[in-house]
Amino acid sequence: MLKRLRENKSAQGTLLALPTTIWMFILLILPLLLTLVISFGKRSPDGEVIFTFSLDNYIRLMGISSNCQNGQSWCFDSLYLQILVRSLMLAFNTTVIVITMAYPLAYFIARADPKRRNTFLFMVLIPLWTNFVIRVYAWMMLLRKEGAINLIIGTVAHWLGINFVPLELLYTPGAVLVGMVYEFLPFMILPIFTSLEKIETSLYEAAADLGASPFKTFLRVTLPLSMPGVVAGTILVFIPVMGTFIVSDILGGRQYILVGNLIQRQFLDARDPAFGSAASLILMVMTLVVTYFYTRKFGFGEEIVAA
Amino acid sequence: MNEFAVELRDVVKKFITPEGNELNAVDHVDMQIRNGEFFSMLGSSGCGKTTSLRMIAGFEWPTEGEVYIEGKLMGHTPPFQRKVNTVFQSYALFQHMSVYQNVAFGLEMEGAHRDEIKKRVMRALEMVQLTGMENRRPKQLSGGQQQRVALARALVKTPDVLLLDEPLGALDLKLRKEMQLELKALQQQLGITFIYVTHDQEEALTMSDRIAVMSRGKVMQMGTPVEIYERPRNRFVAEFIGESNFLEGQIKSLSANEASVFIPALNAEVTGTPASEGLVNGEQVFVSIRPEKIHLTEHSERLNTFEGEIASTVYIGSNTHVVVHIGDVRLKVWEQNRISRLEPSSFYTNGQKVDLMLMPENTLVLKKD
Repeated sequence: MLKRLRENKSAQGTLLALPTTIWMFILLILPLLLTLVISFGKRSPDGEVIFTFSLDNYIRLMGISSNCQNGQSWCFDSLYLQILVRSLMLAFNTTVIVITMAYPLAYFIARADPKRRNTFLFMVLIPLWTNFVIRVYAWMMLLRKEGAINLIIGTVAHWLGINFVPLELLYTPGAVLVGMVYEFLPFMILPIFTSLEKIETSLYEAAADLGASPFKTFLRVTLPLSMPGVVAGTILVFIPVMGTFIVSDILGGRQYILVGNLIQRQFLDARDPAFGSAASLILMVMTLVVTYFYTRKFGFGEEIVAA
Repeated sequence: MNEFAVELRDVVKKFITPEGNELNAVDHVDMQIRNGEFFSMLGSSGCGKTTSLRMIAGFEWPTEGEVYIEGKLMGHTPPFQRKVNTVFQSYALFQHMSVYQNVAFGLEMEGAHRDEIKKRVMRALEMVQLTGMENRRPKQLSGGQQQRVALARALVKTPDVLLLDEPLGALDLKLRKEMQLELKALQQQLGITFIYVTHDQEEALTMSDRIAVMSRGKVMQMGTPVEIYERPRNRFVAEFIGESNFLEGQIKSLSANEASVFIPALNAEVTGTPASEGLVNGEQVFVSIRPEKIHLTEHSERLNTFEGEIASTVYIGSNTHVVVHIGDVRLKVWEQNRISRLEPSSFYTNGQKVDLMLMPENTLVLKKD
């Protein structure tokens, strides 16, 4: 038996892949299948799942409501579509802002004296030592009506003798955006830094030698060679922003709902796992579609993955 | 046109070592490189050759002294405003661009017209025999081909001076020899000044019109390959280029082209040629003679002839390397195998007495320091 295995290369391969396959099945494929099955089910009056095959949940998500006021059998309700579009827009805006903030920072760190470089990287990583939720609460403290930001502006206004009404910063879409940008900035800085750091100095010298000004060198050499980092960072930021519910929950208030919040509430508040599962799958499909087109245009950031 | 393509006047480059000490990587160097010349800077690593080249390219600025290109003072002129181009040791090709785009890059920076760029890029690629490779990525090419792309990318700009920083260092021996001849031919055909940095003495001798031998930031000697090999001016050059035998002694009599040196180890005087500058009578000196320039004879009464004993004989194909003892002195002698060595009797036997003759014009008197 053992001898035969030793000779059979393909059997060896199968055997070696077995542990991974088992874990992948238990941790990824099985839950996904469960979600899929549940998403076709219905909510029983006491909040249990009735397993059937019904597309009702998906139809509801697409804006066709059966819960109409004037006795019609169906009507259009854009609530869920609005939530999906809002999540998509927020993820897009967050990613764009994070790129514009992270790139100069990563560039600065990559070009810094190697002795100081680690200190800078350390500073980027320090916030990650604190729990995600606590960091979001910290922003709540800053943005509140009695928070630090209003306090500072108020004090300055007082000195200048200007009448100051505290700004409504918390529970606004802006607060959610700020929170998201803050939370995900390090995940963009690090991959961009890695790809910038790998560019050999001789390439900058070669560009200068061939007549390129520093600005042209940046456009033609630095930027294209650091694109794998930007792509990897975008994937690391865009996907979680699409699904996170904590930031919007704490900084956006009850009215500001993203897909993440919708899913969370279906499972915990509304006790409708079937509808929540359907929303989860829609979120996954949306993320996949965006990532697919994005990576097809810009590649997969292979070099970062390889590094 | 200026007589000198590049001139370094009393150039010093100081670096701070990781230990915090100040180091003169380039130490008061003067160099005049003529237009159309193939000029090599030769030395082992850390001798300042690459730093000198980088100061000409503009990647480094001298701490003291001045660099002139075509008679113009460079000062702090950035690299992209100098009419010199560099072939880097690591090639420094842009991996995200095709071969064509790499070569076109420099012309695009000049703002040349598309058609003009195409014409010149294709001509440059033809020159380095890479026609048909335009669309490849650098990673898809062999080391030798990448080297040619780097060369084409620099030459397409038609620089006044081409700087080459050990461009053949990464190639295998056979390819290196081929490329040496090709580079030399290319330089003669284009008439561009080449400044070539290498640690390989054979490479420098093969290709250069003139060589600057460098050590510890200083130029030890500058001259044609023949001058450098036949008339080294100090012990460093005599030792670094080829091999030499050294004998310690004291000058007994001195004229412009002849010096007599007493060698205590031989208990005899040797007549040689003063090769270092500023030798004085009575000075302690080295007498240097190359192994292939010593004649072994059966018996001779001629000048500078000493009796010795064969200590070892090694056959290496084209030559036979012999070690001869004269008392405590050990001399390397290389004999060319002009005669057939098939018969064992054609070799010297150990212990055999021979006469060694040192020709005065090949026996160089060098300063001790």
